[in-house]
Amino acid sequence: MAKIEVENVYKIFGPDPQGVLSRAQAGDSKEQILAKTGHTVGLHDITLSMEESKTFVVMGLSGSGKSTLIRHLNRLIEPTAGRILVDGTDVLTMNDADLRQFRRTKMAMVFQRFGLLPHRTVIQNVGYGLEMQGVDKKTRDDKAVEWIETVGLAGYENSYPAQLSGGMQQRVGLARALCGDPEVLLMDEAFSALDPLIRSGMQDQLIELQEKLNKTIVFITHDLDEALKLGDKIAILKDGRLSQVGKPEEILLEPADDYVAAFVRDVNRARVLTVDVVMRPPRLRLTTENIDAALNEMKGKKAEYGYVFDGDTFRGVVTEDHLVKAAKTNGGGRSLFELADDTQTVAANAVLEEALPAILQSNAPVAVIDDAGQFQGVISKRQVIRVLTEHREEESTPA
Amino acid sequence: MADGNWLVEFPALGRKDLRSIQKSIDEGFREFSRTYGQGLEDFFEPLLHFMIWFERLLLGAPWWLVIIVIAGLSYLASRNWKLTAGVVVAFVVIGVFGMWEDTMRTVAIITVCTMLAIVVGIPIGIIMARYDRVQATITPILDVMQTMPSFVYLIPVVMLLGIGRVPGVIAVVIYAIPPVIRLTNLGIRLVDKDVLEAANAFGANFRQRLFGVQIPLAMPNIMAGVNQTIMMSLAMVVIASMIGVKGLGQPVLKAITNQYFSMGLFNGLAIVAIAIIFDRVSQAYGLRIQKHRGVGH
Repeated sequence: MAKIEVENVYKIFGPDPQGVLSRAQAGDSKEQILAKTGHTVGLHDITLSMEESKTFVVMGLSGSGKSTLIRHLNRLIEPTAGRILVDGTDVLTMNDADLRQFRRTKMAMVFQRFGLLPHRTVIQNVGYGLEMQGVDKKTRDDKAVEWIETVGLAGYENSYPAQLSGGMQQRVGLARALCGDPEVLLMDEAFSALDPLIRSGMQDQLIELQEKLNKTIVFITHDLDEALKLGDKIAILKDGRLSQVGKPEEILLEPADDYVAAFVRDVNRARVLTVDVVMRPPRLRLTTENIDAALNEMKGKKAEYGYVFDGDTFRGVVTEDHLVKAAKTNGGGRSLFELADDTQTVAANAVLEEALPAILQSNAPVAVIDDAGQFQGVISKRQVIRVLTEHREEESTPA
Repeated sequence: MADGNWLVEFPALGRKDLRSIQKSIDEGFREFSRTYGQGLEDFFEPLLHFMIWFERLLLGAPWWLVIIVIAGLSYLASRNWKLTAGVVVAFVVIGVFGMWEDTMRTVAIITVCTMLAIVVGIPIGIIMARYDRVQATITPILDVMQTMPSFVYLIPVVMLLGIGRVPGVIAVVIYAIPPVIRLTNLGIRLVDKDVLEAANAFGANFRQRLFGVQIPLAMPNIMAGVNQTIMMSLAMVVIASMIGVKGLGQPVLKAITNQYFSMGLFNGLAIVAIAIIFDRVSQAYGLRIQKHRGVGH
């Protein structure tokens, strides 16, 4: 079951949201409703499902409703209609005390403009969540010190936020959110206010932390590159409506509408797409040890290359020329397993940019190996070129 | 007034009507003060006792001890030797010029008035900041309190409580309390919404928001309000002397009626000296408790 379920959520801003709700539900556009009633539709029929221990990114430009949406998850904003389930419990049915408890223990938030308490030191800020949970000062400080070290701010425990740079302040924000050990981390444009270089560093740090922590992260951003870098799944919002929800490669390769397509056009695909998205099954799997048999099979299938397997274990790649030569010199005495060349492989989770040198150097499509050393497929120059250039071709064809 | 002359002259109420209105208001209030005057006096009894006790304490203690205590408090509040030295010099000069007793009385009443104004004013400001409707109701009342000539509300206060210290304190507090209320309200309303939202997101309850975030962050404004309140109480002390408040105001009043210029000047300067001391010490204290603000990046 998903960690967070958002079901048919509407949010309408104005004096009489309930009165306008039926119009929105009937499908009137944001502009129509604004012109006729003066109400602003913040969110229009949002249904999302966020998996446990995954990073869910909500992307959209300003005014798309993304910050409104994330504030619904911990009910800083109440929806006009719809349900929000966290671990199967409807957040909207909680009374004030339950809601406070829920915010203290389940969810922590990181803010675009940090939201640090300016009159408290770094250690007091980081321990704030625990303080709200009623943890004693000693435990609080011990934990806070740990987290301050984790985010790389050791030595700044007794500084005030105003003494720190933006990047450092947001590290405090991140440490504060994590210090209470929440199940869900809500990040509202957490890195948007930072310089590009620092932003990239923070993204890397978040990825690194997430590998250890496995939190459910909801990340809001207006930056598609950031969304693609961090997201296991991405939802794209436009004017309060969902344009598309999918994995990064789905967004990139199959944009649902012109809006998404316009967004993804300028993305550097080589940096985003991973090898396993582009790879294919090999044309020919050779499971025999016998060179002649292999040669026959290759000729029969008209394949220039064969991928040799010993049972389930990948042994390497062989070319037809290579086999012909070997058959002549060695009368088939050697095993195909020894002949196979297993020096060139690429990792399944590598991005294309990293895998590119290996792919370009090799004549044959390169074998793709996952973390466990298992063969996953092959990736060829042609596939890579196609996937990296197809959107440019689209662009050049007259509309 | 029966003819058409209302176009030329304002159709005012007749003298008789006007007098009957005034009379009924006066009688109504007199009735009110007869019924509740005693009750109100009893209510303020503890305040009176406290003031008498405090005044006697200041007057009874040896002058050098009082100066040491005041200097000590100034230093604790400001951590500034120069300021503390100035305080000592000012009090010595006041003593030399024979105004010690009146000054002690004034310091006593100002201290009580300020504490009362803070204790009453800050909670009112907090409630105003929380509810727009309360703000809309109280703001015009504060406007009246600040603009109504102070002599005017001395009348009902005297009618209710007679002359003496308690009515004096009440008159001073009414006059001096608006700044602390207004600036508490303003300060809390100006607290960064992002910080407050963060506190909410971490599950802070009303009390934790108020004492952990809003009041600390509103402190500069609240302290400015307290400061203004002290200044205004000092200004009011002279007027309050008309209803029997002893202290530096009375010689000033005497000086006005008898045209004793130098007497008025000396006592006036003593009030100025106390005002400056209170102002500098309270401001230095305000700055010191917000040390996070002084530490720019």
